[in-house]
Amino acid sequence: MMTLKVNGREHQVDADPDTPLLYVLRDDIKLNAAKFGCGLGQCGSCAVIVDGKAILSCITPMVLLEGKQVTTLEGLGSVSEPAPIQRAFIEEQAAQCGYCIPGMMMRAQALLLKNSKPTDAEIRAALEQHLCRCGTHMRILRAVRRAARLMEAADASSTTNRSAQ
Amino acid sequence: MLIVGVAMAFAIVWRPVIPAIDPPAPYAFDAALIKRGRDLAAIGNCNECHTVRGGKNFAGGLPVPTPFGTIYSSNITPDAETGIGQWSEAAFRRAMRDGVNRKGEHLYPTFPYDHFTHVSDEDDRALYAFLMTRQPVHAPSRENQISFPLNQRPVIAGWKLLFLRRDSYQPDATRSAEWNRGAYLVAGLAHCGACHTPRNALGAERVNAQFAGGDVDNWLAYALNDRSHAPVPWDADALYMYLRSGWHPDHGTARGPMAQVVSNLSSVPDSDVRAIAVYMADISGTPTPDRKQEGEAALAQARSPSQASQTDTAGATIYVGACASCHETSRPLPYGGVNLALSTAVSSPDPRNLANVVLSGVSAVEGERSPIMPGFADSMNDAQMAALLNYLRARFSKQPAWTGVEKTVADARRAVTVYLQTSAGPRNAPADPTQRDKP
Ligand code: FES
Ligand code: FES
Repeated sequence: MMTLKVNGREHQVDADPDTPLLYVLRDDIKLNAAKFGCGLGQCGSCAVIVDGKAILSCITPMVLLEGKQVTTLEGLGSVSEPAPIQRAFIEEQAAQCGYCIPGMMMRAQALLLKNSKPTDAEIRAALEQHLCRCGTHMRILRAVRRAARLMEAADASSTTNRSAQ
Repeated sequence: MLIVGVAMAFAIVWRPVIPAIDPPAPYAFDAALIKRGRDLAAIGNCNECHTVRGGKNFAGGLPVPTPFGTIYSSNITPDAETGIGQWSEAAFRRAMRDGVNRKGEHLYPTFPYDHFTHVSDEDDRALYAFLMTRQPVHAPSRENQISFPLNQRPVIAGWKLLFLRRDSYQPDATRSAEWNRGAYLVAGLAHCGACHTPRNALGAERVNAQFAGGDVDNWLAYALNDRSHAPVPWDADALYMYLRSGWHPDHGTARGPMAQVVSNLSSVPDSDVRAIAVYMADISGTPTPDRKQEGEAALAQARSPSQASQTDTAGATIYVGACASCHETSRPLPYGGVNLALSTAVSSPDPRNLANVVLSGVSAVEGERSPIMPGFADSMNDAQMAALLNYLRARFSKQPAWTGVEKTVADARRAVTVYLQTSAGPRNAPADPTQRDKP
């Protein structure tokens, strides 16, 4: 038994320490946003955030997650209350089949956490290891740019709110 | 006496200005000559140092860290003001041969004129034609960060006196034409020894340790002579394939600074790559029966079924969860991972290269098919990565355990970030350059 912290909640999971995080998320905790694409760290569809950084969950064994905070797409927002990154992807209609999108969003989220105004080159570099078989790349780029603006606006309004109080 | 001394010093240090010319028009050069120059520039790997990541080709500005300070590469585009636009062919040849710029200043030997001095007049002419027909880029050179007294260029004249052997290549009549061609390229333009030969305290290659392995950009440039740590000994065919395609099933994939080298070599005439391979195979020598046997053993280990799950250390667990799905499958290279029993990185005397590649992976080449590997910098801390590296060493090599692996990983983490930001890249080599430009 091992304790895994996902989206702020603790889960007791019974998995071998060499089990990839992706299997535990999908099979044990039933969080299905992260997708199995290749299982080899080559496509990016399984990306989640661990302690603020995007990692590929299909090649991250449980032994590496002791004491870490895992965030999946479900932890960012919901259908009724989408997070800025999710809103931006919806508003840009950036998904075709959608299989790659959770991974893309998690990688973009991790990028925006440490760099709130990324250049196009920085966005491309961050998403470089993510494949999209449908070819929605241009919309994905637009969505990430939009998310950066949304987050900035949210930050700005929360600071004004605070200073108004 | 004093006067004689002064006169001698003057003769050693002083070099005349070579008069400026108007940049020659591109059509002043013969197309076949330019094409040959292009191939030679690829063999010389000129773009690696003279281009920064995302920057204009050959416009210089790459910081080259040396034990003596940081030296910035120069702009070798034909821009009149900031490049070599005003250089005559004679000025270019003098720089190659003697390490002196048009104005008569001594150049730092980061520019490997200790090798380029052996390049023939004919090849210098082709290189000149190629460079003078590139797009001129206005990019002023950056100030080197070197402290006194090494920032005084006349000091370099002293270095040359000690270490620069200005002789042209003398063919060895007892060897084949191919071998001689390889020897000429390796000693001169390809400047393999600049990375693969260790340097002395004054930064010169140690003549009696040729190809015994050196350092470059926080990578270890492997020994290529009989001290090679490749689990399977190299031969000419394997070297040819590796230099041509960037990988070999018994040795793995080129990465780090070597990725750029093979990426360049993938576009030069076959015969030149073959010649380099033939000559270098001779340098590495015929393996002893023991060495051969070890090679067979490594190949056998690579073919045998995985033992990974039978151990339960942290390193083994990480290996099974993070590495084995690519490195222990039957998927062939270059898209599958090399079995680590065949990896020189795992068998080499220090763990730097392994740390570098596990941290940053091998990224895709834009627009081309290429092997890739994800980096693990964000999913493992230094201790976890050290546990993994120690496990790999124990399981996949016949060499004694490394020491201080955790510190190596921490250092590599810092260095790799800088390398990835500045190096001109690619950090990988295309898998099949023959597919280039095909629809
Ligand atoms: S499923 Fe993890 S990278 Fe493809
Ligand atoms: S939207 Fe289908 S894979 Fe990206």
